[in-house]
Amino acid sequence: MYNFNHHRPGSVDAAAAALSSADDGKILAGGMTLLPTLKQRLANPSDLVDLGGIADLKGIREDGGSLIVGAMTTHAAVADDATVKAKIPALAALAEGIGDAQVRNCGTIGGSVANNDPAADYPAALVGLDATVHTNKRQIAADDFFTGMFETALDEGEIITAVAFPIPEKAGYAKFANPASRYAIVGVMVAKGPAGTRVAVTGAGPSVFRLGDAESALSGGISADAVSGVSVAADGLNSDLHASSEYRANLVSVMLRRAAAAAAG
Amino acid sequence: MPTVSMTVNGRAVTGDVEGRTLLVQFLREQLALTGTHIGCDTSQCGACVVHVDGQSVKSCTLLALQADGSEVTTIEGLAASNGDLHPMQEAFREHHGLQCGFCTPGMVMSAVDLLNKNPNPDEGEIREWLEGNICRCTGYHNIVKAIQSAAENMRG
Repeated sequence: MYNFNHHRPGSVDAAAAALSSADDGKILAGGMTLLPTLKQRLANPSDLVDLGGIADLKGIREDGGSLIVGAMTTHAAVADDATVKAKIPALAALAEGIGDAQVRNCGTIGGSVANNDPAADYPAALVGLDATVHTNKRQIAADDFFTGMFETALDEGEIITAVAFPIPEKAGYAKFANPASRYAIVGVMVAKGPAGTRVAVTGAGPSVFRLGDAESALSGGISADAVSGVSVAADGLNSDLHASSEYRANLVSVMLRRAAAAAAG
Repeated sequence: MPTVSMTVNGRAVTGDVEGRTLLVQFLREQLALTGTHIGCDTSQCGACVVHVDGQSVKSCTLLALQADGSEVTTIEGLAASNGDLHPMQEAFREHHGLQCGFCTPGMVMSAVDLLNKNPNPDEGEIREWLEGNICRCTGYHNIVKAIQSAAENMRG
């Protein structure tokens, strides 16, 4: 790992100031992707601005029909939180399935969504549950946030402060995990919320996407049977050593049925 | 050079580190606490697991400076001051939950965190929890037995 200057500001404003005064500053959240990347010398930032010392960014609260999850809240904290378990159990289950216990104790929701790994779980949660990303500058709807493989709508130096999830009537998540990394080969979130029925797919394509055919099929009621005829084409899906695009296309149908069954309860 | 301060196994420590110094390097190289091992160095194997503020973490994927001000417990901090083993260490010994021993410190630290959160895990929960700890010798059977036995003993 190349060396860098480490900053541990106590507020979001101080973090933004540290970032803007650095030559090539990067934000350090949980570090579960960034630190392995630095170890391999795939990046060489001049400064790391560590958000771990900002208490305001941690924690979960309910506010006006939504759960507001602070950006530095760990996956373990989301998985164990009584309010999340009661209001959006599918979100708690999704967080419980990320990585391993020690990764969940460090990795954060803000770091995960800012990174937008095509195989990460949280993008499916944000898009499926119609969440809003709060930053130090604005609010961004999940549909507009994830713009491509490892790309988001965040501006240079913009800091995620929280993610707001409208509490759905029903939601279910199913994933086929890579047995070594627990990243999603394919993961599907099905949710019926204030904005209607939404279906989001992660792992299969370059970035999370909604499945309109499935949303239409589920509009009359959520069940596995309702989506038994829904399939996706392999064209444009990811193909790598873990799974071919055809295999992923088939997994989308299978995980969709399982997610619908989970959402139906 | 930045200075880092933390409490390690109940002792207040301070040291000069680089930004890039990992917690595991600080523990092993500056504090000479070599019970915490470096295995894969890619946050997969779990040989480097320690507790930071009561949570098990992989110390190869945490900067020393991220642990500034924290309470850290390593494998050296588990046994009593008179040398009596922690019940988890005793259970690994009793049930032969190791062969070469390389993964053992991380296994024990992960297992202690599990029982802190779930004092009565079933076999499936134990195996799932050990997802982040790789053992290439034992096939895990005796490790699981050791954790089940420790859970029983620690519940009294």
